[in-house]
Amino acid sequence: MMKSLLSDQSLRLIETAIAKYPEGRKQSAVMAALTIAQDEHGYLSTDVLNEVARILEMSPMAVYEVASFYSMYRLKPAGRYTLTLCTNLPCALQGAGSAAQYLKSKLNIDFGETTKDGMFTLQQGECMGACGDGPIVLVNHKKMCAKMTREAVDAFIDDLYGSAGKDKR
Amino acid sequence: MNTPTMLNFGAGAILLSGLTGDNWRLADYRARGGYKALEKILENPNHWTPDQIIAEVKLSSLRGRGGAGFPTGMKWSFMPRHAPEKYLVCNADESEPGTFKDRDLLRYNPHLVLEGMIIAAYAMGCARGYIYIHGEIWECYERMEEVLKEAREAGLIGKNILGSPFSFEVFNHHGFGAYICGEETAMLESLEGKKGQPRYKPPFPANVGLYGKPTTINNVETLANVPYIILNGGQRFLELGQPNAGGTKIFSISGDVKRPGNYELPMGTPFTVLLNLAGGVREGHMLKAVIPGGSSSPVVPASTMLDTKLDYDSIAKAGSMMGSGAVIVIDNSRCMVKSLLRLSEFYHEESCGQCTPCREGTGWMVKILHRLEHGEGREGDLETLDQVAHNIMGRTICALGDAAAMPVRSFLKHFRDEFDFHIKNRRCQVQDYV
Amino acid sequence: MSEATVDKSQWLNLVINGQPVQVPPGSTVMDAAIKLKMMIPHFCYHKKLSLAASCRMCLVQVEKIPKPVPACVTTVAEGMRVWTRSETAIAAQRAVISFLMINHPLDCPVCDQAGECYLQENTFGYGDCGSKFVEVKRVVAGKNLGALVSAAEMSRCIQCTRCIRFADEIGGKQELGMIHRGDRSEVVPFVGESYTSEISGNVIDLCPVGALTSKPARYTARAWELSSHLSLSPHDAHGTHIAVHTKQNRVIRVVAKSHEAVNECWIADRDRFSYEALNSDQRLTQPWMKKDGVLVESSWEEALPFAAAALSHIIEEHGADSVGALISPHASLEEMGAWVRWLRGLNCDNLDTRLRTRDFSADASNDSLNPSKTHSPSSIDWLGMPIADIAEQRAILWVGSFLRTDHPLLAIRARHATKKGAAMMSVNAQRADWRMPVAHDWVVPPSKIAHALAQIIVAAQGLKKETPFSLPEELGEIVPSEVARAIAQQLIDANGRAAVLVGSFGLHHENAEALKTLSRVLAALTGTTFGVLPDAANRLGAAWLRAHPITQKGLNARSVLESPRRAYVLFNAEPCDHDQGAVFSRAMKKAQLVIMCSPFKPDASMTRLPDVVLPITPFTEMSGTLINMEGRVQSYQAAVTPLGEARPGWRVIAALSQLMNCPFPESDLHQLRQTFVPTADALNARLAPRVDLAHIKLDVPRDIIHPNENTRAIERVGSVPLYQSDAIVRRAASLQKTTWAMPPRVGMNRHTLNELGLTVNARVRVMDAVLLDALRTEPLSVEIDETLPLRTVRVDTAHPLTWRLSGVSGKVHLEVCDD
Repeated sequence: MMKSLLSDQSLRLIETAIAKYPEGRKQSAVMAALTIAQDEHGYLSTDVLNEVARILEMSPMAVYEVASFYSMYRLKPAGRYTLTLCTNLPCALQGAGSAAQYLKSKLNIDFGETTKDGMFTLQQGECMGACGDGPIVLVNHKKMCAKMTREAVDAFIDDLYGSAGKDKR
Repeated sequence: MNTPTMLNFGAGAILLSGLTGDNWRLADYRARGGYKALEKILENPNHWTPDQIIAEVKLSSLRGRGGAGFPTGMKWSFMPRHAPEKYLVCNADESEPGTFKDRDLLRYNPHLVLEGMIIAAYAMGCARGYIYIHGEIWECYERMEEVLKEAREAGLIGKNILGSPFSFEVFNHHGFGAYICGEETAMLESLEGKKGQPRYKPPFPANVGLYGKPTTINNVETLANVPYIILNGGQRFLELGQPNAGGTKIFSISGDVKRPGNYELPMGTPFTVLLNLAGGVREGHMLKAVIPGGSSSPVVPASTMLDTKLDYDSIAKAGSMMGSGAVIVIDNSRCMVKSLLRLSEFYHEESCGQCTPCREGTGWMVKILHRLEHGEGREGDLETLDQVAHNIMGRTICALGDAAAMPVRSFLKHFRDEFDFHIKNRRCQVQDYV
Repeated sequence: MSEATVDKSQWLNLVINGQPVQVPPGSTVMDAAIKLKMMIPHFCYHKKLSLAASCRMCLVQVEKIPKPVPACVTTVAEGMRVWTRSETAIAAQRAVISFLMINHPLDCPVCDQAGECYLQENTFGYGDCGSKFVEVKRVVAGKNLGALVSAAEMSRCIQCTRCIRFADEIGGKQELGMIHRGDRSEVVPFVGESYTSEISGNVIDLCPVGALTSKPARYTARAWELSSHLSLSPHDAHGTHIAVHTKQNRVIRVVAKSHEAVNECWIADRDRFSYEALNSDQRLTQPWMKKDGVLVESSWEEALPFAAAALSHIIEEHGADSVGALISPHASLEEMGAWVRWLRGLNCDNLDTRLRTRDFSADASNDSLNPSKTHSPSSIDWLGMPIADIAEQRAILWVGSFLRTDHPLLAIRARHATKKGAAMMSVNAQRADWRMPVAHDWVVPPSKIAHALAQIIVAAQGLKKETPFSLPEELGEIVPSEVARAIAQQLIDANGRAAVLVGSFGLHHENAEALKTLSRVLAALTGTTFGVLPDAANRLGAAWLRAHPITQKGLNARSVLESPRRAYVLFNAEPCDHDQGAVFSRAMKKAQLVIMCSPFKPDASMTRLPDVVLPITPFTEMSGTLINMEGRVQSYQAAVTPLGEARPGWRVIAALSQLMNCPFPESDLHQLRQTFVPTADALNARLAPRVDLAHIKLDVPRDIIHPNENTRAIERVGSVPLYQSDAIVRRAASLQKTTWAMPPRVGMNRHTLNELGLTVNARVRVMDAVLLDALRTEPLSVEIDETLPLRTVRVDTAHPLTWRLSGVSGKVHLEVCDD
């Protein structure tokens, strides 16, 4: 048996996800499995898609379809932290436009780009279901940061640099 | 969880009442009288038959809180009685711009939702349920994993709940970035591990749902109302609201107000009351327009909205929809062309691509609006735009096509002068917000 | 619901556009419209695929329903009133067309689909004039789907998903998919892969627009320049209906022709793309003769008299027994009939079509009066049921069948059966990728297949205690394994709706007759249908004509080479068409005279050049008749006139016959057909009947059922690669560029690899364990293949690198090469 591309811990988590569904419905765990795999590898390479297909007894094509359909799966490498700013109408009315400008100038990148040090990828996102707290930034598709004023942006970027153990540029 | 939204509830609140932001655990919920409704049912199963529960819910006039407003009791009664394998799905894939009530219910009062779900499963005879949680509110997913663990350990879910013959298993399933999965059949596809592409109906999920089995899909807030109905009776719930729509409603207000957030108010509360609770429009500005029921509901001009009560019939009379109770407030500093462009971009981004009119039409509308916004509008664009929206409506498998078309048609109807101004002067009529 | 199964009194009445129609319950509005021959425009709907209801082109108005509904998924209710051309319907149709057109590149002038494009037709028929779209159109990158299907212009795609559904539902594997979402959706194969199905070309027919087109036929003609000629595919025994499209007397392409009972609306890729060989420089356009050791162009006037005289001379000197004659089993009844008549007229009985057969033991007891035989030799083995019935079986045991490569379209029917819950089961020497669920895939070395069948027989006997059949002694000691019992149980549980079918590997196996007998017994015992999957387009025709030795002294396809003759007449037969390529080749070397009739120049396996090569026409250039595996007699007509000087084979044989003074009475095609083409009744009388348990005897040699266990010998398992199946296919350029045509490798499982001390990618020659050097492959690379049993190596037959090694089964020796 070849060594899996996924860590033992990831494989265990996927097993837990599979157990949520009835017998013979492994495919239902594909979103969980892709999320777990993405958490481990940062993005979903072709090999990872194949590995998920193997584990869940799905056709690789079906896994690829799912991975490309849902917007938070990444099929290409990105920065260490993917920052997704909601720019939808409620967030925009509540200041997402200026948050966007500030983030772009602070990180010196545009939407869709990655900082030179590989720390941050900045992108626009759609509604995250938290409009009351807008503008919203989602870090690595999971950690939600609310009310992104300039001060809040400064604080959380510093925080991320801190937790990455790197000095601020 | 960081930065709790201000919790706002009045004397009549039944869902958010007593919440501090930290008292979400099982013990806290029990202290608030939680799981009493479930106990009441399981202790007296001869009285609380499934039919009796459904009758009570029918009496309450509880209507689906996800947007469509379908009577919940009736929906439950569509489930075939004797099918061996039935599913209950809690729709927590809230992500229509402006809607953010389910997130607060899940993080601040999760056991209430779960109790409602267990009762619903009992009433419909479902042995298994899934809570489909919007991927972006990952922290709610993690909290719900903890909540299910608590409930399982306390014997509230799993085999022989509270020692009764009733068994019900619940699991969380997370989305990962697709608004369309809030559509119930797309959600079922997604639960089955596929792309979230809505199914053609009929057959309806009550007959052919998850894994081809009878399935009911209820919104988070809908289920959260169920324990109250059992404890206090359908009649009392009905009396909280309007004759054809019982209970309270959580209104999520966002946009140009001082205190965006969730406000639980009785059905039929005047819009002005909600606006005042939210602190009114920003200093120095005037109310221009309101999108009263989530981004897909038609926009309503200020003058009309200020005279409108917040319930299904009143908002319908104002030319829009109650939807999920997501109220987006727009003040007079905002450009309606730009606002519409941003909404249309959302539907273009989120269209699943299955049906021709929605797939192609949403892109076409964005292209026209983009030109208008950037001073490249042409004579005839508005007629084309309206025609495109008209051509999408009623011709797609699911409601996303209509949802994309309705804002366009209503913005053009009520704010045509701003669009005309864009074409003639190649710029905005109002100061822009970026 | 099929029309036949529902009582007419339950049918539903509806009215479409004022026209009343009755349909069975469960029918859709689309079904009803089709019944009325009324066109409802559509793109994604296809009668053979699942319903997507996504293109929205078939929206119609139904009374009491406020919104227009898609006709393809709307089920009929009693009294329904439908309008397909009402204001509501027309508005919906126009809207959908306008949406489909906005991003369409409008490149009809350079699009191969133009003239036969649904989008064009529906736009003209149902669209609105003019466009209000002034934006930039979407551009979609082309995709690589391999050598056969062009997906270079995916901007034309309208996302109907027909190709995706076909690949999954009919092809059996989700090879294509739609990635991304919204108007960014794109049809793609999996990352880095292409579309490898053996029936991939059907997506060209299915694609309603010009997104998927034929790669070989790309830019060669416009649809309206083509004339269509109905024909049959001569590459396997399916009898597949095709339409040959020609322009200026040249075959431009082949497309599927619907025939519900035979091929539904599908054809295999070799049916579709083999035509490339017909226009290739491999074709012979005039007779050639060998002069000074090389072949040079000649003429009919020179070559034909020479051939006749040379053959006559040998017969005069050495007798007709000194002549051997082999003809392709793909040849038409007309060709075979003329050929048999000619050779019998010359008093020559050394004639055969069974080129890939190894086991001729049944011929030895060729006595129809012998009541002990389980099977009358004059009866013709066939599928045992109509092709369409395969889809209705509840269980099928495939014995020695590589179904997908041998019979791609029969695999589709089997796939249909699995969708209805049928159990597919297999006993074979390799676990194949069936692309359908297989309930039991029993893999044993080639020499153990007989034992496996015997186990299933014993198991069946145990399960059906009331049967009068007494097992012979040889089987008494056999203890059936669990899988044997499971297979027997499935066959019995199917209550007669099951079959035991012997495939090409079984038929070409060194113990083929034993495997057939065991399968017959098993079928009789379990009350199921016995059948074989004939190995060539006209195998049944050959059997009908008795195109094999009929006397004791006649030499069969094997012995006629093992005892070399002075002269050979080859009709579309080359060494790589034969089970014993090297023996074939050697026999030719020793012969004084070799006369070859072929549409093609001799290939590399013909190491001894023929003395005369007479150019005959392939199927597109003549008329002919074939009998398919279900006993269906079908004729085809010429689509183009013969290329160059090529002539129909029967005409060439008639001329030779004339020149050799043994003319036969049939002087034209009509007369040939009257003589050689059977009526359905006459043929049916000779098709092997269902096996009767009372008249069956299991007379299989003991050493076949109980092969020597204590051997570490290596066995070969081989079969004809998908695109080496016949002379036309192996010369078709694009088919040879597919992944199926990669050089064969020597597959073995890891244990075998270790036992042989080999490494992956080592270069080895596989050789006959006894004759070693004489019968061996070229050097081939070793690969790990865990689908094989221990001590079994997979080596394809019939390939330029492997044809010298005889037999699909049997013991082999591996020698490491130093190259």
